[in-house]
Amino acid sequence: MNKIEKVKGPISVLRRHDVDTDQIIPKQFLKRVERSGFGEFLFYDWAKEPGWDLDPNPILVTGRNFGCGSSREHAPWALEDFGFKVLIAPSFADIFYSNCTKIGLLPVPLPEEEIEALMEAVEAEVNLADQVVRFDRREVPFDIHPETKRRLLGGLDDIGVTLQQEHAIVAYEDERERKGPVTTTLG
Amino acid sequence: MPDTLFDKIWQRHEVSEGILYIDLHLVHEVTSPQAFEALRVAGRKVRRPDRTLATADHNVPTDGSQVAAQIRDQLSRVQVETLERNCEEFGVPLYSLGSDHQGIVHVIGPELGLTQPGMTIVCGDSHTSTHGAFGALAFGIGTSEVEHVLATQTMQQRKPRSMRILYSGELGYGVTAKDLMLATIGRIGVAGGVGYAIEYAGPPIEALSMEGRMTMCNMTIEAGGRAGMVAPDNTTLEWVEGKPAAPGPLPADEWLALRTEEGAEFDLQYEIDASAVSPQVTWGTTPGMVTQVTEAVPEPESEGDQRALEYMALKAGTPIQEIELDRVFIGSCTNSRIGDLREAAEVVQGRKVAGGVHAMVVPGSQQVKAQAESEGLDEVFLAAGFDWRSAGCSMCLGMNPDIAAPGERVASTSNRNFEGRQGRGARSHLVSPKMAAAAAIEGRFVDIREWS
Repeated sequence: MNKIEKVKGPISVLRRHDVDTDQIIPKQFLKRVERSGFGEFLFYDWAKEPGWDLDPNPILVTGRNFGCGSSREHAPWALEDFGFKVLIAPSFADIFYSNCTKIGLLPVPLPEEEIEALMEAVEAEVNLADQVVRFDRREVPFDIHPETKRRLLGGLDDIGVTLQQEHAIVAYEDERERKGPVTTTLG
Repeated sequence: MPDTLFDKIWQRHEVSEGILYIDLHLVHEVTSPQAFEALRVAGRKVRRPDRTLATADHNVPTDGSQVAAQIRDQLSRVQVETLERNCEEFGVPLYSLGSDHQGIVHVIGPELGLTQPGMTIVCGDSHTSTHGAFGALAFGIGTSEVEHVLATQTMQQRKPRSMRILYSGELGYGVTAKDLMLATIGRIGVAGGVGYAIEYAGPPIEALSMEGRMTMCNMTIEAGGRAGMVAPDNTTLEWVEGKPAAPGPLPADEWLALRTEEGAEFDLQYEIDASAVSPQVTWGTTPGMVTQVTEAVPEPESEGDQRALEYMALKAGTPIQEIELDRVFIGSCTNSRIGDLREAAEVVQGRKVAGGVHAMVVPGSQQVKAQAESEGLDEVFLAAGFDWRSAGCSMCLGMNPDIAAPGERVASTSNRNFEGRQGRGARSHLVSPKMAAAAAIEGRFVDIREWS
């Protein structure tokens, strides 16, 4: 996973709420078995609408409940492949938020009124270590779980981190694992 | 302090802080190929193939194709064949095309008896919340998490907050679990459940069949909630009893003891009177844009509403019952189980699909299909002019040949009415199986309570 610490640059604005992952990357592109190359299909149908203008800047600022709907990780893959490194919105859907943090794409929740101000700005700096967004000589703090922050800052491999607890997983399986059902004896 | 159903399952599965053990991992062809590939690159194995089960559902044609080689769309074929190869290589049991047990992943888990009370269940699909109907903790995950569960049989997961929606009264004639859930989403909003595990409780929930409970838990994600749950009771036990993977005898006392204790606290609680709920029809492009069948398309209150009306080609003030349809789809992980098909067939019996309407029924699994055929439901649908298909996700998401054309208006028993969901430019209205069946006969929406 890419490390992420500080991202500074121009922002792109998408003024819509409840943007679902079907819009971010429509179904016909989920048939690929690769992980890369989704950026060119980002917002595939919306991008054909007159007046659509979304540049591949490092920062995307958008509306509440961003990434709702399907659990497809292809949505964060497409956003990241397109060029975004940070997503800023009043709120994110749960699975989408989690998926972003797994690939080093930083979701930043900010209050709605801050989003309004940020949408008027030209560029911003997002500092993960300090947990702040800086724009127009302002400094707005944001929340992130300390463990998620540690992994993003270090670009850590989640599976590697979990396997440091291998002894605890083995102990769970030996002592507390639920008896069945198993899938291998169904025929 | 008294515990909730959710607390009990969570505590039982905590390996260490932030790590949750997973009892069952369901896999399908769309969200798994990159996870298997990453395991291969890292030289990792599937830790517990015996706790993992795969099926092909999203991409499969519903024309009765028996092997992947029959799939005409090349990308779809490759994806299903990739799943078959991955399962072979990693030792994961698979029900692919041609298997008697193939079907939508959230239909086959319960029907095999793999979904049981007290379990933790995950799948790379947001509608995994369905399995919570059995008093399990079940949620959808992304592909990186699929890889993580394959490798470690655990999830890194922080405990969500808890919500209870307590229903009172009883559902009226013709009103179903689907209507209750759509009305609930309309009430709490499409982001109302974000950050919460939701328990549905109260007499109207206890009165629901397992199919109805699955419909409600299934659409939890449409309210933003990652997990929906219903406490196990005798209805649950009766469903699981005798299923292929069910333990015998059932640990009934243990399962019934999972229920939320008296006085347990939730972070948030809603109360909803089920008696006041009418048949629901969505009018917009999120499941929260919903109204009663007796109402009219509402006045837009936001830019989003305005945009939705334009996409749906609807004018505010148009009575819902004057909306004419091109297609009807009965199927999906929300409403494709035998109970759903029986309800629809009862409405259809002895009638004909309206001229100009293309109507299809897609059973959720090969087992549901076989059961329906043994009851003669296929003949009821065929005689009325419905298309009777083979199992798969079908027109719920348009990843297979079952798609609606641009501009076509669909009455659908599925779960999402997003722009383009059922086909680019297609206009989806979410309804119950009864309402969809009646709409097929009339060619427009009708109030099932008064229609005969």
